[in-house]
Amino acid sequence: MAASAFGRVRLAVPNPVAAGQVVTIRTLIAHPMESGFRRDAKGQRLPRNIIERFECRLDDALVFRAELQPGIAANPFIEFRLRATRSGTLHFRWQDQHGNHHEAQRALEVTG
Amino acid sequence: MKLGRRTWLRAAGTAMACTLLPLPARATPVALAEAMAERYGNRPRQQGKVALQIPALAENGHSVALAVTVASPMTEADHVQVIDIWSEANPLPLIARFTLSPDSGEASVRTRVRLADSQVLTAVAALSDGSLWQGTAKTIVTLAACTDFLI
Repeated sequence: MAASAFGRVRLAVPNPVAAGQVVTIRTLIAHPMESGFRRDAKGQRLPRNIIERFECRLDDALVFRAELQPGIAANPFIEFRLRATRSGTLHFRWQDQHGNHHEAQRALEVTG
Repeated sequence: MKLGRRTWLRAAGTAMACTLLPLPARATPVALAEAMAERYGNRPRQQGKVALQIPALAENGHSVALAVTVASPMTEADHVQVIDIWSEANPLPLIARFTLSPDSGEASVRTRVRLADSQVLTAVAALSDGSLWQGTAKTIVTLAACTDFLI
């Protein structure tokens, strides 16, 4: 398995949030997202190395998924919405084309 | 083996030509139409509901902010299931596919994309009732992505 190229993760999750409120969740992970369409100075094609899948789960429930292609810029930034109905743990997971994955968690506290 | 001047020049010339060849062949509106036909079959795509936003002028195609919003109540009975982002000029027609759920609350996603050339991008939303809706946005890219070289 090729070495993973995951870098630093940055997450923005509002907390706490009022019940029923729709919150904006921002995620960013450092990763080259090498497209496989570039060549180096010697003319050698740089091998493709991209994150293919991003998922966010609230506890066990999948709330958002992104399937990424080389057309997504390096250090993929993904922002999505979530209606806060219950407290739990948000699990963020990025998986690259080689099967490596990187995870992060954030608590979501819903008040009222 | 002794490398003569001619051999050397020929080899250098070939290497240079290879480096400068635009690779690979870019997607065309035809390739896009084929990819969409494969994905959606002959289901009609209606204009509306989908708002795709990208800057009208992007100085740099390596990272262009993209926002897509679909008008939907996002309830169990009526919600957006999938949003696809399509390109007519990148090496691959599909840029990303987002899967949403009623828990999303609002069908609104933002990301940053690579654009190989000035083009029209298309976002297609698949709703829970089986209907397809699409919106487009045009951008002019002054410095393209994907065909650059490492120094």
